[in-house]
Amino acid sequence: MTSTLDETRDAARTAGMLDDVELAAVRADFPLLSRTLRGGRPLVYLDSGATSQKPEVVLDAEQDFYVQRNAAVHRGAHQLAEEATEAFEDARDRVASFVGVSPAELVWTSNATAGINLVAYAMSNASLGRGGEDSRRFAIGAGDEIVVTEAEHHANLVPWQELAARTGATLRWVGVDDDGRIRADELDTVVTERTKVLAFTHASNVTGAITPVARFVARAREVGALTVLDACQSVPHLPVDLRALGVDFAAFSGHKMLGPTGVGALYGRRELLEAMPPVTTGGSMVEVVTMETTTYAPPPQRFEAGTQMVSQAIGMGAAASYLAELGMDAVAAHEAHLTGLLLDAVASVPGVRVIGPTDTADRLATVAFVVDGVHAHDVGQVLDDAGVAVRVGHHCAQPLHRRFGVAATARATAAVYTTDEEIAVFREALAGVRTFFGLTDGSGA
Amino acid sequence: MSTGSMEQLYQQVILDHAKFPHGRGLGVATGQELRTGESHQVNPTCGDEVTLQVDVSTAPDGAVTVRDVRWEGQGCSISQASVSVLHDLVVDHDLTTVDDLAGTFRALMQSRGAGLDDDAEEKLGDAAAFTGVGKYSARVKCALLGWVALTDALIKTGATRTSEDA
Repeated sequence: MTSTLDETRDAARTAGMLDDVELAAVRADFPLLSRTLRGGRPLVYLDSGATSQKPEVVLDAEQDFYVQRNAAVHRGAHQLAEEATEAFEDARDRVASFVGVSPAELVWTSNATAGINLVAYAMSNASLGRGGEDSRRFAIGAGDEIVVTEAEHHANLVPWQELAARTGATLRWVGVDDDGRIRADELDTVVTERTKVLAFTHASNVTGAITPVARFVARAREVGALTVLDACQSVPHLPVDLRALGVDFAAFSGHKMLGPTGVGALYGRRELLEAMPPVTTGGSMVEVVTMETTTYAPPPQRFEAGTQMVSQAIGMGAAASYLAELGMDAVAAHEAHLTGLLLDAVASVPGVRVIGPTDTADRLATVAFVVDGVHAHDVGQVLDDAGVAVRVGHHCAQPLHRRFGVAATARATAAVYTTDEEIAVFREALAGVRTFFGLTDGSGA
Repeated sequence: MSTGSMEQLYQQVILDHAKFPHGRGLGVATGQELRTGESHQVNPTCGDEVTLQVDVSTAPDGAVTVRDVRWEGQGCSISQASVSVLHDLVVDHDLTTVDDLAGTFRALMQSRGAGLDDDAEEKLGDAAAFTGVGKYSARVKCALLGWVALTDALIKTGATRTSEDA
């Protein structure tokens, strides 16, 4: 078995993944990874899909801002204010360039959920006539349709349900096949001339399946629909060039890509952001304010009312630079190798079933599974006892779980700092779950 | 592979109740003088759920007695076993005793695994097996799901005061 692992690793290494020395150096950058748990067990963190751990450069960047540069950004003319503003905008440059877009097209949001809601509420406002002639393209109403998929995280489903309810538009969705892949073949029938928005995930946070974005974008363009991409799971794990993908909007969060919580980003094509009415209004997003009326700042500031999460944005910028320096091709190659190991680990244990694709093509190292006869919560508890942290529950994707007839799954997710050895610990702990609950069926060892 | 803390958490009593739960299956009260309350509770973080029905009777002197508990649910072994144990504990007991049991069980869950005194644990019977759950704050909600449903269902029978009245 060891030799098989080594061979897999050798093959992957030639594909440009991190070598052992590089991986050890990466792990040394994450102080938390070396802590121990109850009973002195080493931590095996396989919950990066929920939130990633943070490298020291991110922690330092946040601390450095407060220790050296803290001041209100985009206000005041003193030196500190200048430095703070520069650091804040430098972070925007780093995150924008990390995903292949211009900084003028990148709006800070408190998280990805807020980014998606921003688009949905801007459409609401446009539907009420706010934003004038320019924003007419965002207006939506009875007879119009919003299309999502059955694989969406609640963050990319509920805001669209709400938009439909507010405007009288109809919500439709593209299904998911038995492998957990979005049924792109349904696009031609579900997406029609009535479709105004097509919102979909780049990669499922449950099945790990990667969406063929080009097919979605092509279909949306045929009917003139806006595209909104949930890029939370893809940006931390794959090279992502949003402009090359051709989507109109994309949202992702800082905390899943080695950055802090409390910050995310919304990308919008420049001409769309310019035409879009504001959502949250108040300070910092205006040009001229009189007692009667207000004119608004150009994007991205138009969408950044109030005091921003400056230190977190700077932390997110540092995270983007950290990943860029490792090289997203190397990150993706390393994680592709881990995908194979995770799938092997789950397949090696009798009575365990993957919810999602069982082949390694076009999927992330995100493996959700059910253990026959054992509830996901109990699975997670036994894994926790071995120091293995996985997510249990519905992972904010209840419709997808319902599609597979399960209420909850356990989910192991790897990240750039995950090792082969950690997946071996996971594999061994998983093998003990059914035994512990007295469910060995004789075939398992 | 286990450190032994799993055996402490998942006591045999819990595993048995999870496998062969008592009181499962909803229905209607059999007995004219009975009043039934029903409650549906969900743990939104993990999707565990329970629907619980409780029948109560009131004696001429005003004393209220729990006559039956029926429930349906899905979820982890802790949540399901806890409802099953609850069923065995409260049926045919008067409301004062049931309130006391519910309070004692809550206290057990808040004891962070330390347990309660012997008297309290004796009173709890099989429910004392859940002592280890208190060590895992994420699981306390699982063990309490059925008890929350019971309290709510009792209020709905009209036999007990709501917290606003208290």
